[in-house]
Amino acid sequence: MLMSWLPQNVSTFGTDIDSTLRLIIFIVGPWFILAEGLILYFAIRYRKRPGKPAVHVRGETFRQAAWVLIPGVIVMLLDFSIDNASGRAWDEAKIESPAPALNVQVTAERFAWIFTYPGHTGAFDGKGTYWSMGKLYVPVNQVVRLNMRSMDVIHSFAVPNLRMRQDIVPGRTITAWFEATRPGNYGIQCTELCGFDHYKMQGTLVVLSADDFAKWRQKHWPSAPAIAINSDAEGANK
Amino acid sequence: MSDATMDRTFAEPAEADAFSGIPPGKLGMWWFLASEIMIFGGLIACFILFRAAHGGWRAESADVHWRIGAFNTLVLLTSSLTMVLAWEAVKTNRPERVGRFLGLTVVLGLTFLGVKGYEYSREFGAGFTPFSGLFWAFYFTMTGLHALHVFAGIVVNSILWTRAARGRLEGIQHRIEYAGLYWHFVDVVWIFLFPLIYLS
Amino acid sequence: MSQAAVISHAAYAEHAEALGFWRKYVFSTDHKTIGKQYLGISLFMAIAGGFTAYAIRWQLAWPAAGIPGLGAITPHAYNSLVTMHGSIMVFWVAMPMLLGAFGNFCIPLMLGADDMAFPRLNMLSVWIFFTSALVLLASFVAPGGAAASGWTAYTPLSDTWTSAVWGQTMWLFAVALEFASFLIGGINFLTTAFTRRCAGMTLWRMPLLVWDEIAASVLFLLSVGPLVAGAVMLLMDRLLGTGFYDPSKGGDPLLWEHLFWFFGHPEVYVVALPGFGIMLEIMPVFARKPIFGYRTIIYSTIVAVGLSLIVWAHHMFVSGMDPRLATPFSVTTILISVPFAIIVFAMIATLWGGSLIFDTPMLFVIGGLASFIVGGVTGIFLGSAASDIYLHGTYFVVAHFHYTLFPVTFFGGYAGIYYWYPKMFGRMMDERLGKLHFWLTFVFFQATFIPLFLAGIGGTPRRVFMPSAYPSFASLQPLQVMATVATIGLIASQIPLVVNFFSSMFRGALAGRNPWRANTLEWTVDSPPPHGNFPDPPVARRWPYDYSVPGAASDWLPQVAETNPPAGIKVQRAS
Ligand code: HEA
Ligand code: HEA
Ligand code: CUA
Ligand SMILES: [Cu+2]
Repeated sequence: MLMSWLPQNVSTFGTDIDSTLRLIIFIVGPWFILAEGLILYFAIRYRKRPGKPAVHVRGETFRQAAWVLIPGVIVMLLDFSIDNASGRAWDEAKIESPAPALNVQVTAERFAWIFTYPGHTGAFDGKGTYWSMGKLYVPVNQVVRLNMRSMDVIHSFAVPNLRMRQDIVPGRTITAWFEATRPGNYGIQCTELCGFDHYKMQGTLVVLSADDFAKWRQKHWPSAPAIAINSDAEGANK
Repeated sequence: MSDATMDRTFAEPAEADAFSGIPPGKLGMWWFLASEIMIFGGLIACFILFRAAHGGWRAESADVHWRIGAFNTLVLLTSSLTMVLAWEAVKTNRPERVGRFLGLTVVLGLTFLGVKGYEYSREFGAGFTPFSGLFWAFYFTMTGLHALHVFAGIVVNSILWTRAARGRLEGIQHRIEYAGLYWHFVDVVWIFLFPLIYLS
Repeated sequence: MSQAAVISHAAYAEHAEALGFWRKYVFSTDHKTIGKQYLGISLFMAIAGGFTAYAIRWQLAWPAAGIPGLGAITPHAYNSLVTMHGSIMVFWVAMPMLLGAFGNFCIPLMLGADDMAFPRLNMLSVWIFFTSALVLLASFVAPGGAAASGWTAYTPLSDTWTSAVWGQTMWLFAVALEFASFLIGGINFLTTAFTRRCAGMTLWRMPLLVWDEIAASVLFLLSVGPLVAGAVMLLMDRLLGTGFYDPSKGGDPLLWEHLFWFFGHPEVYVVALPGFGIMLEIMPVFARKPIFGYRTIIYSTIVAVGLSLIVWAHHMFVSGMDPRLATPFSVTTILISVPFAIIVFAMIATLWGGSLIFDTPMLFVIGGLASFIVGGVTGIFLGSAASDIYLHGTYFVVAHFHYTLFPVTFFGGYAGIYYWYPKMFGRMMDERLGKLHFWLTFVFFQATFIPLFLAGIGGTPRRVFMPSAYPSFASLQPLQVMATVATIGLIASQIPLVVNFFSSMFRGALAGRNPWRANTLEWTVDSPPPHGNFPDPPVARRWPYDYSVPGAASDWLPQVAETNPPAGIKVQRAS
């Protein structure tokens, strides 16, 4: 039910993030209902009634305390199963970065996104580079690597549909990757407060089918070097 | 923990409290120093992390005057000794001795600050200011914060000194002890700062 | 606020008279007066915090309409409002209410002491705190506006980039003063608890509120130091032009995040623990039943304090720190659910088999517990590094922390007010107004923040001037409107409290010493207690939770009571 509020997922690792969310709902949900249910039930069941004194239970002996300690131990075991699923999804999204088919440089600047496509040498500053203000064009089903840097303060690159988010810290280059699974236009937001017009710092992720991407490339980025579309990456052969 | 939980919590005669042995002032001072440790500890941790990231700052730290630093270390260590002697004299109730050693501590503290000031002026003269890069920013922040603590200690010790010099110890015995705790703490902080800044 | 009307005890009135107005009500060293001063300031600041909340909410729901009472605001002003709202609520409402007011008022009374260990330092702390509040409020009218970098003040935005040049520096000074005040206060609490306990008040007989206050103080003392150092560095950056956080000068912006959250995370428990302490203290009185698992709760609290020092990076999963650190921090974070689960279940077990009296304090306790659980379990979603990639920086986080902070601050704080008001002012608060206040607050609180969970799951980012400016979230705008309507209801629901609070001072029924038939020591003296608290030093002869002891003459046995219950009690089953 809660999951239906999520925007559509269009990335590979997004599926695992969503299933982590679902797992947490399944683990935490019953405990939540149990706790709230008991409060409500006890509040009604044990409200003051004449001739019914309260019992004197301190919960200090081990046998009594077990009523709260055993649930504690169960919660701990369930915690580890959350850790396990979460750890795997995290590694997939943030640590194991597959070989990219396309490298794009993301420059964050108050309050705009600039996407730079590499030139002949594969570098982002030589000849034949192409840059785009606010729009990131990528092919579907290809691994895209982002080399992100900030010119001023901390920004955060977020695409809810990709289940992707990464802060960009001035002074370092931060890499991230994603693979979109569905053509379409998706919103990009800056989600780290970066000043007065923070809310205007938006962009669009344009995921194109293989054909459309080729067309776009011909038209806007004819200089696209062979190495920019990394042919030996596994993603390119899909 | 004993299994006598049930019994302990039921009525029983009032018993002496295990903690009441520590006078409040002392305990308060310890808690205060604990939070001070976290302040200096945080600063020192940042310094070490940056140093590790910047390959040691060899070049910058070559410009600090380690001889002056070493001299000041000696001064501060001696002042800790005189502080202990003052406290010893309190215990044997000899006000004039207390006054003498407190006075010495104050003088040594002032010497420390004077030397530190001389050192700062030489560094400023050579063009090293808090804005000359991260090492110098840390250098001035850490030694400056420490100097402020030394200054506060000198003020407290001077007040106690004037009281003791008038030959009256009543009511300030414990304050001398707490001032001593503080003074030793300031000394210990320097013991950390000196090798970190001057010798590495 | 006038407490003059309610001083009753003639024998001590004389002594009080001798002090004169200024020494007695303004520059007082009496912990009770100081507690009331903290309460007064925190309620006053709650009005400021509530007003900023209202302005924020209005702007979010109807961005084009202009805020009634404030007019149209700029995006920069919006950021100021959010920053000031968060800072005010956490540092100038929650802390003074839960630590300042109830800590100061209750600790010496509950321990049977005549005052704090350092009464004059205590007075100093409240005046430093008052000054900090003035500096903060003054920053609203500073040139360039109040601080606008979020309550987290991330560098380098808060460093060289902010346009609130004055506001940001004043914010730093105000926060530094606030820290100084609570450092002094914390040292005082700890020293008092360890040296000023009356005869027989062993550690294992201390009321849970005292335990929680000192646990919070230890946590504050241990965590705030690095941030003080960090604030000094930020101040040097801003005023002198050093470059601790400036990458172009070799500094590192992430350093601030680490220092802030090393404090910031423990800080939320510094607020939460006393809130829990209040609830734990009040619950047995109205359940007429001992707290369940007194020691288990204390051990769990200590574990939570320890763990909370090693979870800070869960605010930084996607901050650009080494991603390999995420999973270890995720594990410690989620592990905190264990001590909290134990405390929560112990509270629920306290209700079991009780004889529950639903007076206003109890209503706020139960409502607060039920609401906190929502905030607690949603913390797990954020604690998982993987799902936090999606949820970080969204309204889900906003809803999470309001569901934790509001229950401890306001449900806990209000419970404390209704419960100790008779002790503070000598008169009862009105029950009917109290119940009305509870139900309205409870319902409107849920209605305010449940829509924000959904907006967050939908992906709406926080700290934005106009969520409807995002094409992808425009369809979620009705949720923002719902939340705002409920907020207006929530704020209006506080009217019964204000009326009740002031009118009861003059018209409330006289409370007597022990209106709730409670066990702790503060209920053995007059209401309000005289200067010096106890005419004769009390002796604690038992723990504070002996309710419904079988065989005892009454269903409560005060801590000073000497009668022993008959030996060999059997635990009874609830039928
Ligand atoms: C009183 C304040 C308070 C409290 C108590 C908590 C409690 C918790 N918080 Fe929260 N938190 C905040 C205040 C608080 N938080 C604030 C202010 C922020 C945002 C700051 C900002 O960015 O501006 C924040 C943000 C925040 C984040 C960062 C989110 C982000 O920015 O991306 C995370 C991530 O891990 C988190 C986790 C938790 C967890 C795991 C708990 C746990 O302690 C909760 C434990 C309790 C329970 C779990 C409930 C009881 C247990 C049961 C009923 C048993 C069943 C449970 C299981 C089976 C697991 N919190
Ligand atoms: C204790 C903490 C606390 C409390 C109680 C609240 C209470 C409220 N908060 Fe706030 N909030 C924060 C802490 C808190 N908040 C923090 C830390 C942030 C993050 C800031 C940041 O991002 O930097 C935040 C951010 C925040 C946002 C996000 C803004 C954004 O990201 O753009 C929103 C939006 O809806 C919001 C709304 C509200 C509302 C509607 C209330 C309502 O519950 C308020 C209702 C008001 C009252 C209940 C007060 C009334 C009481 C009185 C008037 C007492 C008078 C009595 C007498 C005088 C006797 N808050
Ligand atoms: Cu860039 Cu917010
Ligand atoms: Cu946290």
